Amino acid sequence: MVPSKGNRVRSTMGGELSEGKDRHTELGLKEEDLVDMYRYMLTARFCDERQWALNRQGKAPFVVPVSGHEGAQVGSAWAFEKGKDVFCPYYRDLALVLVAGLTPAEVFMGLFGKAADPSSGGRQMPAHWGSRARNIITGSSPIATQVLHAAGIALAKKIKKSDAIVGTWFGEGGTSEGDWHGAMNMAGIHQLPLVLVCENNQYAISVHESKQVAGRVFRRAEGYGMPGIEGDGNDVLESYRLTKEAVDRARSGGGPSLIELRTYRFYSHTSDDDDRTYRSKEEVEAAKKKDPIPAFERYLSSVEVLDEHRIAEIREEVKTAVAEGVKAAEEADFPDPATAMNNVYADLPGEVE
Amino acid sequence: MTATGVTEKNIIQTIHDTLHDEMKRDDRMVILGEDVGARGGVFRATMGFLEEFGDERVIDTPLDECLIAGVSIGLALDDMRPVAEFQFADFIFPGFNQIVQEAARIRYRSNGDFGLPMVMRTPWGGGVHGALYHSQSIEAFFAHVPGLKVVAPSTPEDAKGMLIQAIEDPDPVLYLEHKKTYRLVKGDVPDERYTIPFGKAKVVREGADVTCVSYGLMHHFCLEAANRLASDGIEVEVIDLRSIYPLDMDTVLESVGKTNKAMIVYEDNRFLGVGAEVSAQIAERALFELDGPVVRIGAPHVPAMPYAPTLEHWFLPDPDRIEQEMRKLAEY
Repeated sequence: MVPSKGNRVRSTMGGELSEGKDRHTELGLKEEDLVDMYRYMLTARFCDERQWALNRQGKAPFVVPVSGHEGAQVGSAWAFEKGKDVFCPYYRDLALVLVAGLTPAEVFMGLFGKAADPSSGGRQMPAHWGSRARNIITGSSPIATQVLHAAGIALAKKIKKSDAIVGTWFGEGGTSEGDWHGAMNMAGIHQLPLVLVCENNQYAISVHESKQVAGRVFRRAEGYGMPGIEGDGNDVLESYRLTKEAVDRARSGGGPSLIELRTYRFYSHTSDDDDRTYRSKEEVEAAKKKDPIPAFERYLSSVEVLDEHRIAEIREEVKTAVAEGVKAAEEADFPDPATAMNNVYADLPGEVE
Repeated sequence: MTATGVTEKNIIQTIHDTLHDEMKRDDRMVILGEDVGARGGVFRATMGFLEEFGDERVIDTPLDECLIAGVSIGLALDDMRPVAEFQFADFIFPGFNQIVQEAARIRYRSNGDFGLPMVMRTPWGGGVHGALYHSQSIEAFFAHVPGLKVVAPSTPEDAKGMLIQAIEDPDPVLYLEHKKTYRLVKGDVPDERYTIPFGKAKVVREGADVTCVSYGLMHHFCLEAANRLASDGIEVEVIDLRSIYPLDMDTVLESVGKTNKAMIVYEDNRFLGVGAEVSAQIAERALFELDGPVVRIGAPHVPAMPYAPTLEHWFLPDPDRIEQEMRKLAEY
């Protein structure tokens, strides 16, 4: 039976981003962790800016932007153990897959559809992440299918009595799919070692949360017998804190949790969308005032982990690393059409019919 | 067990025993589906398994076929060997997205980085008063998608060898069990463990006059019709496809080269069904071998099999009708 505890469904929204007060030490984060987290957030942001520019230059047919989500993604991903735990991301999770181990060069291999794209060898659209070596499960475009895969992997971990756990990420739009409800149900029934992270940016392409979600996402957890916590996804430390609690619970046999991280996407849904058709410039500008990256920079300065000078240096280093990644990917080869019949089956030759 | 190492069984008993032995053999194997645990499956394919293997390996899932497919994919991704039961083929469609968009495409889309050793068993086909929603043929929907293997054994011996093959297969296999044959068809099953490779059709009856291709229940009807015609001196070569994909056209074409006449019998809707593919490939690759038109016998173009006995009879090809068409083609 599911143990009944108080406050299983709660929101931590509305707290102040208090600067000057050390919040990371009690979370077990060292200064090096903070700097690394900051680097990943910046890397994702600069990759995004570069891929958006490449799209506008006609060099990249399709882009899925991440900007705005970096705090939620890096914070939540940081709670997992790389090399042991399993990541089932969705297409917006650029910052998350960087934490899981993809390099900027690999991201751009995927953007251009180059043979060395680790996710698919140039077969899938960009941002359809996957890498067995990094425990990133291959994803598709249909929404929320990965959440059921995550439940299945978590079930396997439980059967094997492994202490590895599974994380899966999705937007609030994904919570409308039957796959999502099925996964929540399965996770709740079997108390699976699974952490479900909703990156709620309020828009599924153009459809606002108010037309997408009856009630609130995090409250749905109650109906599936698991804790549901809402928090500020623009605050990387809060995203880490809430996810880490859920990760620890899952790893110690306490079952699944649903974490809803509220955030915002600064660009359109993809490079083929135009967000001016469904939301105002003012709304976007207001959201950008809560940009997770400057907020984290202010925190890092206020606790004297990084000063302005060091921040400027790191920004330059990351920018250079991203530019080198773009260059490597631009110079790489496209896949040979002679390979396009490979890997339909493990043991049947490809046929052209 | 007999001294010769075979035991006579019907198909459902064969499937039960094979699943049982495979569960004992490989502790990565997990059975999941609706009513597979406490009830032992509505057709009793997993009877006694819950008690023997426990509820972590024999999982009564929620009533959610999308979940069954998606969780099976996850289990396979973590190197388990899921064998999912979809209670009736007619109910598999909530899982269609997971099966065709995910299971079928995961190896290709990851360029071989991921693969899914998973089996999806499901009872299909009519003739059991199952009406629209307990009689359907679903093979064409799934065989259309590269990445899946779709097989439909029609005898106990094949049911065993192909089920073990499916469990050992590195890719997702849709294993179709014709529910009318479950208890109707009996045969000798070798006691030893063996596999039957996919993509090998079987010439079950040799003949020089007409090639008749089918699978599932229709295979047995075709055999019956062919045996009747033999008394009139018409010899029909009867081929059991056994595997829809991979499809063994070589065996079919070799036979057509000998008989110069071909018919395909299937209980799915004729339009765009397996018979259409077999017929098209004969036309492409053996047109000048043919002494008559390719004959396709299939279900009429109505949404599914109706219930009343008169209507069910009207829908489902039977040995009488097959015999008539065979005779017409032989005499063409």
